[in-house]
Amino acid sequence: MVEWTDFERATIQDIFSKIDYDTVGPASLARCLVVYPWCQRYFGNFGNLYNAAAISANPMVAKHGTTILHGLDRAVKNMDDIKNTYAELSVLHSEKLHVDPDNFKLLTDCLTIVVAGQMGKAFTGEVQAAFQKFLAVVVSSLGMQYH
Amino acid sequence: MLSPRERKLIAEIWERLTPVAEDIGSDALLRMFVTFPGTKTYFAHLDISPRSAHLLSHGKKIVLAIAEGAKDISQLTVTLAPLQTLHAYQLRIDPTNFKLFSHCVLVSLACHMREDFTPAAHAAIDKYLSAFAAVLAEKYR
Repeated sequence: MVEWTDFERATIQDIFSKIDYDTVGPASLARCLVVYPWCQRYFGNFGNLYNAAAISANPMVAKHGTTILHGLDRAVKNMDDIKNTYAELSVLHSEKLHVDPDNFKLLTDCLTIVVAGQMGKAFTGEVQAAFQKFLAVVVSSLGMQYH
Repeated sequence: MLSPRERKLIAEIWERLTPVAEDIGSDALLRMFVTFPGTKTYFAHLDISPRSAHLLSHGKKIVLAIAEGAKDISQLTVTLAPLQTLHAYQLRIDPTNFKLFSHCVLVSLACHMREDFTPAAHAAIDKYLSAFAAVLAEKYR
């Protein structure tokens, strides 16, 4: 079981209550597909991913980005049992979607950078550490059912 | 692989950051120490508390080296030759840490540049920092 300090709990709840899911989600996924283009292999039916502008304007990317961020909600609401919260999603990503779990970290790194850009100076080292710890637990849980 | 346009973008961005090298550098270092505490082991001999003289001067040094390399990326091996030797024989920082620091530099840039840190700029700089780190570790073995 993961131990969370009061600061970490408060920070995670605070961040997720403040961000606009319809902006941050799409921006994070789009950024991931631009910065790590090999991730596009999982989005063959998403249409035009030809360049950064096309990716950022792609409505399917935007929709999926929002979906992913709402998926993180589950962990935000169940911080004391993230592993079981994502058991089913882990199986989905492994058995059906066949996503290399290394990609989860690439996406969460992009999410970190998008949130940092939004929060500016308020995204201190301590806030970053808490946010990354949370995302690391999510990433680990999503990879747990792979075999 | 860096396109000519990306090389230009990278050079421009780092030139603009040179006046605030101390702020960016020390911010990135501090983020790294807090987020990845194992990295502090390389600085046991320095005072790395926030706004300390060591942290500021060290951060400045690192960012200025990155900015210098950005001026002509094709010459990285030449520009970084002395730093290669320093890191290989004296500092001997495990190269995994270069990745951690690069990530924190990107976060610092995001906080500093806000919307100007576009996905394209992010991609270009991430690639540059990876190349920089690879060259830095070349003399390790």
